[in-house]
Amino acid sequence: MRTSVRTTLPLLALLLLAAPFARADGYRSAPTLPKYVQECSSCHIAYPLGALPNASWHRLLGNLPRHFGTDASVDAATLKEITTWVDANTETWKRVGEQPPADRITRSAWFERKHREVEPAAWKRAAIKSPSNCAACHPRAEEGDFNEHRVRIPR
Amino acid sequence: MNMTTRIPPILLPLLLAAAMAGAHAATPAELAANYASQSGTAPAAARGEQFFTSRHGREWSCSTCHGTPPTNTGKHASTGKAISALAPAFNADRFTDLAKSEKWFRRNCNDVVGRECSAGEKADVLAWLLTLKK
Repeated sequence: MRTSVRTTLPLLALLLLAAPFARADGYRSAPTLPKYVQECSSCHIAYPLGALPNASWHRLLGNLPRHFGTDASVDAATLKEITTWVDANTETWKRVGEQPPADRITRSAWFERKHREVEPAAWKRAAIKSPSNCAACHPRAEEGDFNEHRVRIPR
Repeated sequence: MNMTTRIPPILLPLLLAAAMAGAHAATPAELAANYASQSGTAPAAARGEQFFTSRHGREWSCSTCHGTPPTNTGKHASTGKAISALAPAFNADRFTDLAKSEKWFRRNCNDVVGRECSAGEKADVLAWLLTLKK
Protein backbone atom coordinates (compact mmCIF):
# COMPACT_ATOMS: atom_id res chain seq x y z
CA MET A 1 0.00 0.00 0.00
CA ARG A 2 2.58 2.40 1.15
CA THR A 3 4.70 1.94 -1.96
CA SER A 4 1.80 2.42 -4.27
CA VAL A 5 0.91 5.73 -2.64
CA ARG A 6 4.53 6.73 -2.79
CA THR A 7 4.68 6.06 -6.51
CA THR A 8 1.23 7.37 -7.33
CA LEU A 9 1.55 10.74 -5.67
CA PRO A 10 4.54 11.97 -7.65
CA LEU A 11 2.90 10.68 -10.81
CA LEU A 12 -0.25 12.62 -9.98
CA ALA A 13 1.76 15.72 -9.30
CA LEU A 14 3.55 15.30 -12.60
CA LEU A 15 0.24 14.93 -14.40
CA LEU A 16 -1.12 18.08 -12.78
CA LEU A 17 2.03 19.97 -13.68
CA ALA A 18 1.89 18.74 -17.24
CA ALA A 19 -1.79 19.59 -17.70
CA PRO A 20 -1.28 23.16 -18.90
CA PHE A 21 1.04 21.87 -21.62
CA ALA A 22 -1.39 19.26 -22.90
CA ARG A 23 -2.58 21.62 -25.63
CA ALA A 24 0.83 21.79 -27.22
CA ASP A 25 0.56 18.09 -27.90
CA GLY A 26 -2.71 18.59 -29.70
CA TYR A 27 -4.91 17.08 -27.05
CA ARG A 28 -7.85 18.90 -25.54
CA SER A 29 -8.16 21.07 -28.58
CA ALA A 30 -11.85 20.77 -29.30
CA PRO A 31 -12.97 23.36 -31.83
CA THR A 32 -14.90 26.15 -30.20
CA LEU A 33 -16.66 28.07 -32.97
CA PRO A 34 -20.36 27.15 -32.63
CA LYS A 35 -20.89 27.40 -36.40
CA TYR A 36 -18.01 25.04 -37.08
CA VAL A 37 -19.35 22.53 -34.58
CA GLN A 38 -22.91 22.91 -35.87
CA GLU A 39 -22.07 22.60 -39.55
CA CYS A 40 -19.28 20.03 -39.40
CA SER A 41 -20.18 17.70 -36.57
CA SER A 42 -23.51 16.47 -37.88
CA CYS A 43 -21.84 13.80 -39.99
CA HIS A 44 -18.53 13.35 -38.18
CA ILE A 45 -16.90 14.74 -35.06
CA ALA A 46 -15.74 18.34 -35.20
CA TYR A 47 -12.18 17.45 -36.17
CA PRO A 48 -9.47 19.41 -34.34
CA LEU A 49 -7.91 22.08 -36.53
CA GLY A 50 -4.46 20.87 -35.50
CA ALA A 51 -4.89 17.64 -37.44
CA LEU A 52 -4.37 19.24 -40.87
CA PRO A 53 -2.19 21.96 -42.34
CA ASN A 54 -3.99 25.22 -43.08
CA ALA A 55 -3.71 24.70 -46.85
CA SER A 56 -5.70 21.46 -46.51
CA TRP A 57 -8.43 23.19 -44.49
CA HIS A 58 -8.68 25.82 -47.19
CA ARG A 59 -9.13 23.27 -49.96
CA LEU A 60 -11.79 21.43 -47.94
CA LEU A 61 -13.69 24.62 -47.17
CA GLY A 62 -13.50 25.65 -50.82
CA ASN A 63 -15.10 22.42 -51.98
CA LEU A 64 -17.87 21.67 -49.45
CA PRO A 65 -20.55 20.89 -52.08
CA ARG A 66 -18.35 17.92 -53.09
CA HIS A 67 -17.07 16.81 -49.71
CA PHE A 68 -15.79 13.22 -49.90
CA GLY A 69 -18.77 12.16 -51.95
CA THR A 70 -21.43 14.16 -50.15
CA ASP A 71 -22.87 17.65 -50.35
CA ALA A 72 -21.78 19.49 -47.19
CA SER A 73 -22.48 22.96 -48.58
CA VAL A 74 -23.08 25.91 -46.23
CA ASP A 75 -24.35 29.39 -47.02
CA ALA A 76 -21.87 32.10 -47.99
CA ALA A 77 -21.95 33.92 -44.65
CA THR A 78 -21.30 30.71 -42.73
CA LEU A 79 -18.45 29.74 -45.03
CA LYS A 80 -16.82 33.12 -44.50
CA GLU A 81 -17.23 32.92 -40.71
CA ILE A 82 -15.74 29.44 -40.54
CA THR A 83 -12.85 30.28 -42.89
CA THR A 84 -11.93 33.39 -40.91
CA TRP A 85 -12.01 31.41 -37.70
CA VAL A 86 -9.90 28.59 -39.17
CA ASP A 87 -7.27 31.09 -40.30
CA ALA A 88 -7.18 32.73 -36.88
CA ASN A 89 -7.02 29.46 -34.95
CA THR A 90 -5.06 26.92 -36.93
CA GLU A 91 -2.41 25.63 -34.63
CA THR A 92 -1.24 22.65 -36.62
CA TRP A 93 0.08 19.86 -34.42
CA LYS A 94 3.82 19.39 -34.41
CA ARG A 95 3.52 15.85 -35.72
CA VAL A 96 1.63 17.01 -38.80
CA GLY A 97 3.95 17.42 -41.72
CA GLU A 98 2.65 16.97 -45.24
CA GLN A 99 -0.70 17.84 -46.73
CA PRO A 100 -2.19 14.32 -46.78
CA PRO A 101 -3.62 12.76 -49.97
CA ALA A 102 -7.10 14.17 -50.69
CA ASP A 103 -6.69 16.22 -47.51
CA ARG A 104 -7.85 13.21 -45.52
CA ILE A 105 -6.65 13.30 -41.91
CA THR A 106 -6.77 9.50 -41.94
CA ARG A 107 -4.26 9.29 -44.81
CA SER A 108 -1.62 11.34 -42.97
CA ALA A 109 1.66 9.58 -42.19
CA TRP A 110 1.30 10.47 -38.51
CA PHE A 111 -2.25 9.06 -38.39
CA GLU A 112 -1.16 5.78 -39.94
CA ARG A 113 1.81 5.61 -37.58
CA LYS A 114 -0.35 6.23 -34.51
CA HIS A 115 -2.83 3.54 -35.58
CA ARG A 116 -0.41 0.91 -36.84
CA GLU A 117 -1.32 -1.43 -33.95
CA VAL A 118 -4.97 -1.51 -34.98
CA GLU A 119 -5.58 -4.66 -36.98
CA PRO A 120 -6.95 -3.96 -40.48
CA ALA A 121 -10.14 -5.98 -39.87
CA ALA A 122 -11.02 -3.85 -36.83
CA TRP A 123 -11.69 -0.78 -38.98
CA LYS A 124 -14.42 -2.67 -40.82
CA ARG A 125 -16.44 -3.64 -37.73
CA ALA A 126 -20.04 -2.43 -37.71
CA ALA A 127 -19.42 -0.20 -34.69
CA ILE A 128 -16.45 1.49 -36.35
CA LYS A 129 -16.98 1.39 -40.12
CA SER A 130 -14.39 3.98 -41.01
CA PRO A 131 -11.15 5.45 -39.67
CA SER A 132 -12.94 8.82 -39.78
CA ASN A 133 -15.26 7.63 -36.99
CA CYS A 134 -12.88 8.76 -34.22
CA ALA A 135 -15.46 8.54 -31.45
CA ALA A 136 -15.99 4.81 -32.04
CA CYS A 137 -12.73 4.14 -30.16
CA HIS A 138 -11.86 7.53 -28.62
CA PRO A 139 -14.84 8.12 -26.31
CA ARG A 140 -13.97 11.76 -25.71
CA ALA A 141 -12.96 12.63 -29.27
CA GLU A 142 -15.75 15.17 -29.48
CA GLU A 143 -14.00 17.09 -26.69
CA GLY A 144 -10.69 16.95 -28.52
CA ASP A 145 -9.35 14.20 -26.26
CA PHE A 146 -7.57 11.42 -28.17
CA ASN A 147 -5.50 10.16 -25.23
CA GLU A 148 -4.47 6.60 -26.03
CA HIS A 149 -5.13 5.46 -22.46
CA ARG A 150 -8.81 6.00 -23.00
CA VAL A 151 -8.97 4.07 -26.27
CA ARG A 152 -11.55 1.26 -26.30
CA ILE A 153 -11.79 -0.59 -29.58
CA PRO A 154 -15.31 -2.06 -29.88
CA ARG A 155 -15.55 -5.75 -30.67
CA MET B 1 -60.05 57.39 -32.59
CA ASN B 2 -58.43 54.03 -32.64
CA MET B 3 -56.22 54.65 -29.63
CA THR B 4 -56.52 51.12 -28.20
CA THR B 5 -54.56 49.44 -31.01
CA ARG B 6 -51.69 51.90 -30.98
CA ILE B 7 -48.47 50.45 -29.58
CA PRO B 8 -46.38 52.73 -27.35
CA PRO B 9 -43.19 53.52 -29.33
CA ILE B 10 -41.03 52.38 -26.44
CA LEU B 11 -42.36 48.83 -26.86
CA LEU B 12 -41.63 48.59 -30.58
CA PRO B 13 -37.99 47.47 -30.34
CA LEU B 14 -38.96 44.90 -27.73
CA LEU B 15 -41.74 43.50 -29.89
CA LEU B 16 -39.44 43.42 -32.91
CA ALA B 17 -36.78 41.57 -30.96
CA ALA B 18 -39.33 39.06 -29.74
CA ALA B 19 -40.59 38.52 -33.29
CA MET B 20 -37.07 38.01 -34.62
CA ALA B 21 -36.11 35.62 -31.86
CA GLY B 22 -39.07 33.52 -32.84
CA ALA B 23 -38.41 33.81 -36.58
CA HIS B 24 -36.90 30.33 -36.80
CA ALA B 25 -39.27 28.59 -34.46
CA ALA B 26 -41.88 26.65 -36.36
CA THR B 27 -43.80 23.44 -35.99
CA PRO B 28 -43.46 20.45 -38.32
CA ALA B 29 -47.09 21.00 -39.35
CA GLU B 30 -46.30 24.60 -40.34
CA LEU B 31 -43.33 23.49 -42.43
CA ALA B 32 -45.48 20.81 -44.05
CA ALA B 33 -48.13 23.40 -44.92
CA ASN B 34 -45.43 25.70 -46.29
CA TYR B 35 -44.05 23.03 -48.63
CA ALA B 36 -47.55 21.98 -49.68
CA SER B 37 -48.54 25.52 -50.59
CA GLN B 38 -45.30 25.99 -52.57
CA SER B 39 -45.94 22.83 -54.57
CA GLY B 40 -49.57 23.62 -55.29
CA THR B 41 -50.65 19.98 -55.04
CA ALA B 42 -51.93 17.99 -52.09
CA PRO B 43 -49.15 16.05 -50.33
CA ALA B 44 -49.37 12.26 -50.29
CA ALA B 45 -47.79 10.34 -47.43
CA ALA B 46 -47.62 7.11 -49.47
CA ARG B 47 -45.65 8.91 -52.20
CA GLY B 48 -43.35 10.32 -49.53
CA GLU B 49 -42.67 6.87 -48.10
CA GLN B 50 -41.89 5.52 -51.56
CA PHE B 51 -39.54 8.44 -52.25
CA PHE B 52 -37.81 8.10 -48.88
CA THR B 53 -37.19 4.37 -48.99
CA SER B 54 -36.18 4.07 -52.68
CA ARG B 55 -32.87 4.70 -54.33
CA HIS B 56 -32.86 7.21 -57.14
CA GLY B 57 -30.17 5.89 -59.44
CA ARG B 58 -27.46 6.44 -56.87
CA GLU B 59 -25.83 4.59 -54.02
CA TRP B 60 -27.99 5.77 -51.14
CA SER B 61 -31.66 6.24 -50.31
CA CYS B 62 -32.83 8.52 -47.50
CA SER B 63 -33.31 5.32 -45.46
CA THR B 64 -29.67 4.35 -45.85
CA CYS B 65 -28.71 6.83 -43.14
CA HIS B 66 -32.04 7.58 -41.44
CA GLY B 67 -33.29 3.98 -41.18
CA THR B 68 -36.63 2.41 -42.13
CA PRO B 69 -38.81 3.74 -40.68
CA PRO B 70 -36.78 6.73 -39.45
CA THR B 71 -38.08 6.49 -35.90
CA ASN B 72 -34.83 5.33 -34.30
CA THR B 73 -31.26 6.57 -34.29
CA GLY B 74 -29.76 6.26 -37.76
CA LYS B 75 -26.19 6.00 -38.87
CA HIS B 76 -24.23 8.02 -41.41
CA ALA B 77 -23.44 5.74 -44.36
CA SER B 78 -19.83 6.77 -44.72
CA THR B 79 -18.70 8.01 -41.31
CA GLY B 80 -20.81 5.78 -39.06
CA LYS B 81 -21.79 8.73 -36.87
CA ALA B 82 -25.15 8.39 -35.10
CA ILE B 83 -28.02 10.43 -36.55
CA SER B 84 -30.86 11.16 -34.16
CA ALA B 85 -34.36 10.05 -35.15
CA LEU B 86 -35.93 12.01 -38.00
CA ALA B 87 -39.66 11.50 -37.46
CA PRO B 88 -40.97 14.48 -35.44
CA ALA B 89 -42.93 12.28 -33.01
CA PHE B 90 -39.66 10.68 -31.97
CA ASN B 91 -37.49 13.80 -31.93
CA ALA B 92 -39.00 17.14 -30.98
CA ASP B 93 -36.19 19.13 -32.65
CA ARG B 94 -36.96 17.90 -36.15
CA PHE B 95 -38.59 20.26 -38.66
CA THR B 96 -38.85 23.20 -36.29
CA ASP B 97 -36.53 25.51 -38.26
CA LEU B 98 -37.21 26.16 -41.95
CA ALA B 99 -33.63 27.21 -42.74
CA LYS B 100 -32.25 24.06 -41.18
CA SER B 101 -34.73 21.84 -43.00
CA GLU B 102 -33.90 23.57 -46.28
CA LYS B 103 -30.18 23.13 -45.72
CA TRP B 104 -30.49 19.41 -45.11
CA PHE B 105 -32.96 18.83 -47.96
CA ARG B 106 -30.47 20.60 -50.25
CA ARG B 107 -27.48 18.57 -49.08
CA ASN B 108 -29.17 15.21 -48.80
CA CYS B 109 -31.27 15.41 -51.97
CA ASN B 110 -28.06 16.17 -53.85
CA ASP B 111 -26.53 13.04 -52.37
CA VAL B 112 -29.53 10.78 -52.86
CA VAL B 113 -31.19 12.11 -56.02
CA GLY B 114 -28.40 14.15 -57.58
CA ARG B 115 -30.45 17.35 -57.58
CA GLU B 116 -32.46 19.48 -55.20
CA CYS B 117 -35.86 18.11 -54.21
CA SER B 118 -39.02 19.84 -55.37
CA ALA B 119 -41.40 21.41 -52.87
CA GLY B 120 -43.84 18.60 -53.70
CA GLU B 121 -41.30 15.91 -52.84
CA LYS B 122 -40.49 17.63 -49.56
CA ALA B 123 -44.20 17.97 -48.75
CA ASP B 124 -44.75 14.26 -49.48
CA VAL B 125 -41.83 13.13 -47.32
CA LEU B 126 -42.83 15.36 -44.43
CA ALA B 127 -46.45 14.20 -44.73
CA TRP B 128 -45.25 10.61 -44.36
CA LEU B 129 -42.91 11.43 -41.46
CA LEU B 130 -45.84 13.05 -39.66
CA THR B 131 -47.83 9.81 -39.91
CA LEU B 132 -45.17 7.94 -37.90
CA LYS B 133 -46.40 7.84 -34.32
CA LYS B 134 -45.24 6.20 -31.13
